[in-house]
Amino acid sequence: MNDRKVLVALAGQPNSGKSTVFNAFTGASQHVANYPGVTVDKKIGWYSYNGHKVEVVDLPGTYSLTSYSPEEQVARDFILREHPSVVVNIMDASNLKRCLFLTFQLMEMQTPLVLNLNMIDIAQKRGIQIDTDKLARLLGIPVVTTNMKSKVGKNDLMNTIADTASNKNARKGVNIDYGKMEPILREIENRITQDIPQICGQYPLRWLAIKLMEGDNEIHKLVSEIHPMPEGFMAAVDQWRADFESTCDEMPEVHIANRRYQAAGRIARSCLQSTSMDRLPWSDRIDNFVCHRVLGPVILVGVIWLLYYLSIVQGYHLTNYTWPFLAKIRSLTETIMPAEGFIEIPLIRSFALWFVDSINALLNYIPIFFILFGLIAILEDSGYMPRMAFIMDRLFSRYGLHGQSTLPMVLGGIYVGGCAVPGVMSCKGIPDERSRLATILIIPLLNCLAKVPLYVLLINIYFAAHKAWAMFFISTISLLMVLPISKILTLTVLRKRPTSPFVMEMPPYHMPTIQGILTRAVERVWLFIRKIITIVAAVAVVVFVLMQFPGISEDRMAYYHSQKEKAIQIFLNRIQHTSYDGVIHENDIMSFVNYWNDYKNARLQAGGGAAAKAINESFQKKNPVFFDIIRREGKDGMIAYRAGRQLIQSRKTLLMEMKNERINESFLGRMGKALEPVTQYAGFNWRVNVALLSALAAKESSVATLGALYESDERGETLEKRMAEKETGFTSLHALALMLFMVLYPPCLAAAIAVKIQAGATRWMLFSIGYSMILGLTVAFLVFSGGRALGLTGLQAMVIFYGLALVTTIVMGIVKKQPEVEYA
Amino acid sequence: MTLDQLHPGDEGYIKKLSSRDKLGRRLIDMGIYPGLHIKVIRNAPLNDPMEVRLDGYFISLRHEEARFVEVSN
Repeated sequence: MNDRKVLVALAGQPNSGKSTVFNAFTGASQHVANYPGVTVDKKIGWYSYNGHKVEVVDLPGTYSLTSYSPEEQVARDFILREHPSVVVNIMDASNLKRCLFLTFQLMEMQTPLVLNLNMIDIAQKRGIQIDTDKLARLLGIPVVTTNMKSKVGKNDLMNTIADTASNKNARKGVNIDYGKMEPILREIENRITQDIPQICGQYPLRWLAIKLMEGDNEIHKLVSEIHPMPEGFMAAVDQWRADFESTCDEMPEVHIANRRYQAAGRIARSCLQSTSMDRLPWSDRIDNFVCHRVLGPVILVGVIWLLYYLSIVQGYHLTNYTWPFLAKIRSLTETIMPAEGFIEIPLIRSFALWFVDSINALLNYIPIFFILFGLIAILEDSGYMPRMAFIMDRLFSRYGLHGQSTLPMVLGGIYVGGCAVPGVMSCKGIPDERSRLATILIIPLLNCLAKVPLYVLLINIYFAAHKAWAMFFISTISLLMVLPISKILTLTVLRKRPTSPFVMEMPPYHMPTIQGILTRAVERVWLFIRKIITIVAAVAVVVFVLMQFPGISEDRMAYYHSQKEKAIQIFLNRIQHTSYDGVIHENDIMSFVNYWNDYKNARLQAGGGAAAKAINESFQKKNPVFFDIIRREGKDGMIAYRAGRQLIQSRKTLLMEMKNERINESFLGRMGKALEPVTQYAGFNWRVNVALLSALAAKESSVATLGALYESDERGETLEKRMAEKETGFTSLHALALMLFMVLYPPCLAAAIAVKIQAGATRWMLFSIGYSMILGLTVAFLVFSGGRALGLTGLQAMVIFYGLALVTTIVMGIVKKQPEVEYA
Repeated sequence: MTLDQLHPGDEGYIKKLSSRDKLGRRLIDMGIYPGLHIKVIRNAPLNDPMEVRLDGYFISLRHEEARFVEVSN
């Protein structure tokens, strides 16, 4: 190998075991980036060969190299523009004939090429014998067989790559004979050499000629840009295409494809010896069950349930074990930050804690995501994914969705309790752009886990007598709303988006490897952390400012200070006639308060027994005077304890009042009040508005903010009771409108970012936030104002709304699709 | 006859693709091209899409798209 950096590109059709080769080569040294402008993953890795660093790029799996899909475009551009030292064409050895179709296209691009017949073990088991020497001779490129899953042939392949990379005259393969088209191809080549000689060094001539005859849009554009007189040249190309079609009675692109397949067939016939090709492979036998008319859907539901159960339910259990680590980060932040005063909380402290809380809320999901991504990788690697799409496509395509929308919708929470972030992220695989966008846009409207606390809260207060029915309503209503919404989006906003034909390979089943699954799960979790957390952190800052400023006025602050002085004076007065008089001064108050709170917290966490004893000892050592009070030692201790309890309570009340006032007076609170004249028709007062606004960042916040707004005293009553007491005018109809608004609530921050990433544009993110907001308000308005006008109770309105949604869904399913399929 | 008219178990040879655009390219790229032997394996539980076997590989496509594949016995 020479000193030049070696760049290896892996190309191949989907299901050829390309990622297995990539993982076997690079191990853990790999990362994922994006190709500019498109949402296609660029996987890059490294390995070392004889002390040289070799960079490997895993190109997206494609059946062909036209410019029709972003994946094919990306793969093609990479080979043409980056000039890799070697392109390795990985193929499924059992499918030689069809895979050669891609190989020929790679050879035409005149790049140093190595052919890798992967999964040779499976081919041999199926009775397929391949004469690789003959294949290499006929193709004019090196051929290496591997079974990369067990790393068989890995070194051979690496050696061949190194040889090809260091060989300046590496063989680039033979040319396909395009028969009657050959004279035209030569003529185009001549014209290009004459008219635009500068292009010759950059692109292989013959390849350009073939692409022009194929009618490739991108090459059309490219040549038009460089050519001095593009109109004349393109007219000539069009004429050649038309002439060819009229003389040969075959479209040029079909002719080219046919010649490639014929050549592939000839080569396959002379190199292949298959003894028992027609034996039913076991994959096909599995499909007799998995795609069965009755069993198929049953198995599908089982698989979905298992996926949901393991990731969402069990993953949630797992967060019980990971949460303490995150809690530790928080308590560490508490100790580092400047301490609280009696009522003065340093801004930097509240900011730091808010920031950590925001990030922690997301990091808390990591166990769920890890399990989820692992399970998805199993589904992908095993080959079940296409079967899922096969079974569900009919149902979903009626609503503008795609068979492959199944998985994203399950993850998003098709019943209750999903998460929009992985849901949206898993939309990547949907090949039809229109359906993909529709799926991305509706997933945030499904029932994610974070919406559930508000449902539970409201149902417990206002639908207490019909809990089960109300829960069933809210769990299923989102699907009934999402399907017609998707259909409407498809018929309106997304009408012009390109759609693709549903032509999908049903690959043979494979046994996934543990290494492959783990790599993928880790990789995707890491991607999630990097992409989501950074943005969430930035927005947490903005929301903090909105909730914190302009803050409490000076007058009010003076009032709170006088309240503070009063509380302290009362405490000092109460201990005046005890032995603590003169021992605890005004200066000691803060350390007393901290000591008290620390002790209570420590005891709460420790439980009983030996741990409690240890805490007692350490606290006694720290401050024996305070310890006597907190242990109520003697008559004086008892008096001081009561005084202390009152002091702590007064402080708590003061802090809470200040917090409420700060939120009320904050930008967010003002917005809530400003919106009340409008939102009252949807049944939301300003408190609800503030809760909903605070939920923009994360939906869990809605209940937390309501908790803060309704908190009043120390009785420790549940939020249900407090809310019911404070909101006397609030009826079950209000609650229903609020719940429906929550269903249609705009995506949380993380989900919005996921939408931006997967839809590939900020405007889709903004659209997804905007349309769901308007839709939510409209529905809430209709339910509340309509229900009130008709004098309905919440329960009656619920039944009627459900009926209407069901009818709409059925009608929308019957409405015919777009006029005629047109694949632009 | 077009492919969407075949039932599970039916087989034949692909005669012609009658789509000039993206669909035609996609069919060819996926390995559905004139001259090949084709057999309908099954329909999905809700009848659409259909699964066909070609030269050792399996492809599923909607009936709507199968209309563009002409077959003969």
